[in-house]
Parts: sequence; structure tokens; C-alpha cells
Amino acid sequence: MRVKLSVNGGEYLVEARDHDSLLTVLRDQVGLVGSKNACEQGECGSCSVLMDGELVCACLVLAGSAAGRDLRTIESLGTGASMHPVQQAFVDAGAVQCGFCTPGFVISTVALLRANPEPSDGEIREALAGNICRCTGYGKILEAVHRAAGQHA
Amino acid sequence: MSVTAKPRLRGLVGDSSPRSDAPPKTQGTFLYASDLARDGMLHGATVRSPHPHARIVRVDASAARAMPGVRAVLTNEDLPTHELFGLMKKDQPVLARSVVRYVGEPVALVAADDPEVARLAARAVVVEYEKLPAVTDPVAALQARAPQIHSQGNVIEDVRVVHGDADARADVVVEGEYEVGMQDQAALGPEAGLAIPDPDGGVTLHIATQWLHEDLGQIAPCLGLPREKVRLVLAGVGGAFGAREDVTLQIHLCLLALATKKPVRMVYGREESFHGHVHRHPARMWYAHGAKRDGTLVFVRATIVLDGGGYASSSPAVVANAGCFGAGPYRVPNAVIHSVGAYTNNPPTGAMRGFGAVQTCFAYEAQMDKLAAALRMDPIELRAKNALVDGDQIVTSQPVEGSEPVANLIRRCAALPMPAAAGDNALALPGGVGNITHGEGVRRGTGLAVGFKNVCYSHGFDDFSTARVRLVRERGQAVAYVLTAASEVGQGIVLVCEQIARTALGVQKVVVETPSTQIDSAGSSSASRQTWMTGGAVLATCNEVREELDRRAKARGRRLDEVDIAELLDEAIERVVKHRHRPTEERDPLTQNRGHVAFLFAAHRATVDVDVETGLVKVVQVATTQDVGRAINPAAVVGQLEGGIAQGLGLAVMEELILRDGQLRNASFTDYLLPTMLDMPPVICDLVEHPHPDAPYGAKGVGEPPTISSTPAIVAAIRAATGRELNRVPVRPDDIVFGTVARSGWRIGAGEDPRRAAQA
Repeated sequence: MRVKLSVNGGEYLVEARDHDSLLTVLRDQVGLVGSKNACEQGECGSCSVLMDGELVCACLVLAGSAAGRDLRTIESLGTGASMHPVQQAFVDAGAVQCGFCTPGFVISTVALLRANPEPSDGEIREALAGNICRCTGYGKILEAVHRAAGQHA
Repeated sequence: MSVTAKPRLRGLVGDSSPRSDAPPKTQGTFLYASDLARDGMLHGATVRSPHPHARIVRVDASAARAMPGVRAVLTNEDLPTHELFGLMKKDQPVLARSVVRYVGEPVALVAADDPEVARLAARAVVVEYEKLPAVTDPVAALQARAPQIHSQGNVIEDVRVVHGDADARADVVVEGEYEVGMQDQAALGPEAGLAIPDPDGGVTLHIATQWLHEDLGQIAPCLGLPREKVRLVLAGVGGAFGAREDVTLQIHLCLLALATKKPVRMVYGREESFHGHVHRHPARMWYAHGAKRDGTLVFVRATIVLDGGGYASSSPAVVANAGCFGAGPYRVPNAVIHSVGAYTNNPPTGAMRGFGAVQTCFAYEAQMDKLAAALRMDPIELRAKNALVDGDQIVTSQPVEGSEPVANLIRRCAALPMPAAAGDNALALPGGVGNITHGEGVRRGTGLAVGFKNVCYSHGFDDFSTARVRLVRERGQAVAYVLTAASEVGQGIVLVCEQIARTALGVQKVVVETPSTQIDSAGSSSASRQTWMTGGAVLATCNEVREELDRRAKARGRRLDEVDIAELLDEAIERVVKHRHRPTEERDPLTQNRGHVAFLFAAHRATVDVDVETGLVKVVQVATTQDVGRAINPAAVVGQLEGGIAQGLGLAVMEELILRDGQLRNASFTDYLLPTMLDMPPVICDLVEHPHPDAPYGAKGVGEPPTISSTPAIVAAIRAATGRELNRVPVRPDDIVFGTVARSGWRIGAGEDPRRAAQA
């Protein structure tokens, strides 16, 4: 089937199978590989994107059902030298090691801070519990979210 | 001639400067192996064995070959050679020939235009099997009449450590049987790579790996190609933790690319990843500790059986580590430790962070607490009394040098701030948002453990790393290009190389180039060795560059510290240095030798809340004191410590690959539970900088110790909270609620040969 996707403000007409996930289409057809393929069943949050402003795992959304929705991926935030404050906070806090989970954490943090600009430790842990990081043990990620929250304030 | 004050450089040794690879990683533009693509590339898929042990009667690929979009189907018959591969023993066929030895063993390969077509075609390959009896109990596999999995028998490795008097007697003796379940590295980035055929008949492989040159050495013979025709380039690595030490899809990718003359990409899904890489060795251990009434250790005896699965992988070294470090970081005058690795028909096991030291630390630290109870001594005092100091021998007779006294680590760790008492916030209690307790059955406990292991490779291995440093002038500025083949797997070796080069050269701009086989080996990103080895190689190379700078400055009648380095670079300077650590001795029959380069020590203290009614555990805090030698980048060191503790916590209370008759029952992130941000407590990191004389700036490796003693500290805390025996990790709710004790079903005296075990 042909699906018209609105990704990061651009329109893409892609050929997708009925069962293709949004993640597959984003990575293989649109060519945006910033959303990562770690578990492909909604457990790790590495493929987190915003769909009409709502945080979703792109691996759990059928490509067809994403048609006409406003999709925002990690690539919609800062690029090159212009870093989004959340990205900069992750860099400054040392919250990045292998980095495979990082785009998902950054997107999830952007969604969190929109809903709750000054989250507590408990609120951050709760909001980001759907994102798995295998490298950092989360301490520096927690610090990064607080730093980013400070910047928003 | 003016002398200007030079601006202080940013990002020197000791600075917590940010990683240069972090911005692209936060932006999604850093390319991992699974992100690589080429126009017209094909997609590979693997046909795997569904049986733990079976004879292959027939493979029929005709239906798969006939499918539209399928470009190649390869079985054992299509292989260019029948070379075997393997990390330490060449015992594994590229594709199974006549026998499969574990569930998931590769049998055939497919390349197709589309990944889905490739997967469907893999399913269309018909393999007829005749089932063979499977051995899935490692102790049973070692007995005389067990079915033989390999022609040379089921013993992969057998290491005996005999130190002092094997028959020593003690006033107080405690015994115990212990078990460690199978942990998975669960790196988030799946196994992936892209192979591109070269016009000269060779192949270029872009791959996520821990050691490019080891891969090369295994790939080339299996392809029937000379090494020069196989080129490896490091692709972005999404975590490793030992799982990328072994060859998984590397040879398969090259075969498909050579067969189709097209670029081929393979990316494992999560379920396939669980089947496709080695895991941490499950262990069964029988221990006896003897001490004088005053708490002085007299002996340690242990028998350790490690389940190596269907192929050897790095089992020989894991077995040796379990033996060498099996008595813990204590003065033990008499020891007998018998460590054996068994082939079974379970999935192969190999390297994972801590590598043989993790399993035994769980056992010997449980024993130390048991001994303290028997002696009515404080467990911290018992440990401190027996803890190693420089000059003491470990049970292999090798003396410790260049380390902080272990008792200091223990006492400092014990004195770190304790967490606040449990509050009335139900979300912070065991079960969290499940809100299954209001605190009535919740008990708090605290435990402490200490552990150690080696850094770098041991037992006579020719361990080296190679660095090339090119210092040039670009737009009036000095720029240092650093090339090594060291894999950045997330641990921060790029940062270490940058900070060392910047410090050693006095040049702000340092560019670490993409690792590849165009330079000689850096060795593996494992054994906590890259800072020591590749950091050491970069430092040695920079020192040679610096000598040349010095010479050039002198030729101008100046001192190096008063000139702008860029002025000296009319001609670029390039140096290559191959750096070796001091030689180590080979193992002898009683493992009494100087087999290791140096030792790494850390202590952990854990506090837990346990709901004794549901068996749920909330780890409240972990505190650690670790001798890091020198923190090249303190923030990165803390990141390694916290991340390693998270994996230790996982092994303590969450993570286990469940096996039944050789079948993995939980090969997904839904069923294999990894710690999330809600599971991970705040960590207090206390870094002790006791420099080692042989290490660059004194910096020891830091990656593994956090994973070694964090697990036993957490379990000790649960024991303190519940009074349960808990002789097995991960601790399960049943073990807490019902006091279930793990029993192997085998009666083995501590220190005895497990090949002559009696059924209990």
C-alpha cells in the first residue's frame, strides 16, 4: 500500500506492506535511521518518536496508521552545531556511552519536559522507565534531564 | 622573540570533558552497524537449528532458491573451505555440517533483495534432523558415560590451583553450594554488519565488534582468502559487554557478499540476537572456607563447574579466571580450587563483563559472610583482617603490586553515607507503581562485598596495542590525528585516547580516526584493558612525537614549552608504536605463577528493601569504592561504575536466560528483564586513585570490577533483610518467600574433581 507520511514537516510517499511498522518505514524507506531498532516489541524505547505530539514506540505503530499524523523523530531536533537543549544536556552530563538508546531517551525527555517542565527524581524515573539503557546505569541520564529542565525554566 | 603564555588546554587527563562522539549520538546521526546501507545491497538471513543436539540428515534449499528475490542460499556444501572458527579453540563450523550442537546453531544462509524475503526464504529451507540425546546439565556432561558432544570429549578446560598445604586444617569451617544463572550481555545494538565485495576478489566488512584483528584472523581462513584481501572497518557499536568478542555473522556476511558479488547487510532481530551470541557462563560451585578462631583465613577449597554450551568460545580463559580469582581478594595461605568448563548442548557461553570473576565472587563473598557468622565476627572486620595488601600473594602465588590496600577500600565503602530510612512513599517500596504493599511486610537490609580480577590478557598471551599519531599543521593550528584499531563500544576509549594525546602533546585539537585493519591490532576492548594498552600505546607514540618536537625546537634555539607547536610543523610528524605490557607467565599444572599483569579491586555496599510477603526487592542504594589508579576522565569513570553496577544488580535480582532442555524460553526484552531507571537506585561512587607504575598516568582499567562485587553485595543485603540462605542468583521471589535453596543434585566435595561426582 502507498502511505503518505508527514515526517519532521516534510511529506513522504512510501510503499509499505500492511504489517510494516512505522520504524521499518522510517529507517528503510524514509532513510531516517536515528530511531533505533533494539527490541522491536515496545520494551526498550529506542525507537521513540512523537506522533501528533504523543510519545510512541515507532516499532509498535503500523506504518499505515501513521498516515497523515504529524511525526517528529530525533532528526527534528538539533542538527550539526545547533544542539537542542536536551541533547546538549545529555552531552554535558556524560549521559551518552554507546549511545544506541540516546535518541529514544532524548525524545522521551523532550516529551516529559513539555508535560512537566520541572520533574522530580521520581517523576523522571517514572516517565523514562520505558527506555532501557544498558551502559550508563541511568545516573547520568537523570542528571541530564535535570540539567535540561533547568534550561527550560 | 616573544614568549606568550599558552592558554590552558581543555580536556586533559583528569578532566571530565564531554565525549566527542556524544553530539552525533544525541542527534541520531552517529551510524551504527545496523544503520549502514549501500545502493543495491542485499539482505542476509540465517537458518538455525531448532534442536539442542541432532544429526543433519538432509538439507534441501531448492524451494528457497526458487523464490523471487532470492540471490543466494548457502549450506555447508557451498562453503569455500571447511575451516573451523572460534575465539580460543577452532571448534565451530561456519555452517553446521553433519551435527548441530545447540538450539540456534547456524545451518544455512540466505541473501535476498529484501529483508522480509530473506527471512521467508530462510524458513523455506528444509532441514531434516535426526535427534540425538542432549546433555544440558554441565556436571552430567563431565561424567564418564555422558554422550560426547565433541570427539575430544566434553571437558573444554580443566584448571587446578593448588597453593600451600592442600590438607590444611582449621578451627572453623563453613561449606556451601552456589549457583549462578545464565546472564545475557543484552547490548542494545543488535549484531549487524555490511559486507562489500572488492574488485580484487576480496571483501570489506563494516562491523560492530570488540576486536577487528581477531575477527580478521578467524574470517580470512574460512573464506579461503589471504588476510590482505579481507578488510575490516569498525562500524558504530551499540554496546558489547563481551558479546562481540566472538564471531557471529561476520563470516556469513562475507560469504554472501562474495557469492552474490553485491553488498550484503545482516541485522539480527532481538530474538535472533539472544540465539546468535554467547552468554555468561552459568556456574555451579562447591566451597569450603576454613579459619582460625581469630578470623585469620586458613584455607579455601572450591570446585567450580562452568557450562560452556555447544562450543568453546572463550571458556578456557573464563575457567582459568574462575580458578585464579576463586578465593577472593584475601590472604589465603592454603587453597585447592578445581575449575572445569564443560561442553553441553546449551547455547555457547563466553565473555561477559567480569569474565569468570563474577561467578566465584558471588560464592566466596557468601562464604565470607557465613564464616563471619560462624565466628561471631563483624563481616566487614573479617574481610578487612584478611584483605590483600601490596606484596601479599593471591592463591596463584603472584604478589599484588601497585594497589590500594583492599582493607582501605572495604572500610571506605562501609563508611559512605547511608540512604534515608524508608519513607511513606509507596512508589519507592518494592513493587513500585504496582502499589502492592503499604510497607507492612517490608524489611531493610544492608550487605557488603569486595571482589577483584586481572586487567589485560594473561598467561603468556602476546598482548599489544598499536597506535599511529600524525601531528600536522592545519590553518595555522596543530592537529593530532590518532589512529588505533581499538573498538569504541561505548566505554569511552576515544575519550581516553583524546585526553592522553592532548596531555602528552600539549595540542588542543585531537582527532581519533575510525578504527580499521589498515593499522596493526589494538587487541580487544575487553578485560578492562584498552586504557592500559591502547591508552599506553597512544602515550608512548605521543612521547616519540614529542621527542621530535623537542629536537625541532632545539634546532631553532628554543625550548618546546615556549614555542607554538604549529610553528614546528612545516613538515608533519608521524610515529607508530606497538606497545606491550610486561610479559606474563604461562600456566603450569598447579597454576602457581605470575600469570597476570595486575589486579583491579572494588568494594560494594548495597541497601535493599524486601517485601517478604511477595518476595519483591527494591535496591535502595549502592555505594562503591574502587581503586581506579587514575581517573583519566572522572565523569566517564563514574559512568562505567554506575553502568557496571546496573548489570550486577540485574544478575542479583532480575536477569536470567531460562533454559529448558537446551531451549531458550525468554529470548526477548519482554521476558528477559533488564534494569530500568525505576530499578536502578542512586549510586555513590568513591574513586581511589592509587596509580599503577606500569599504566598510562597510573590509570587502571575500570570496566569490570563494578559488575563483580555489586551482585554479592545486593544478595548479602537481601539475606540480611530476610534471613534466607539465597545460594543462587538471580534471587527469585520464591527463594525469598519460601526459602527455596538451589541444589544441583550432585554431591561434590569442595576442591574435588567434578568429573567423579556422585548423584545426591
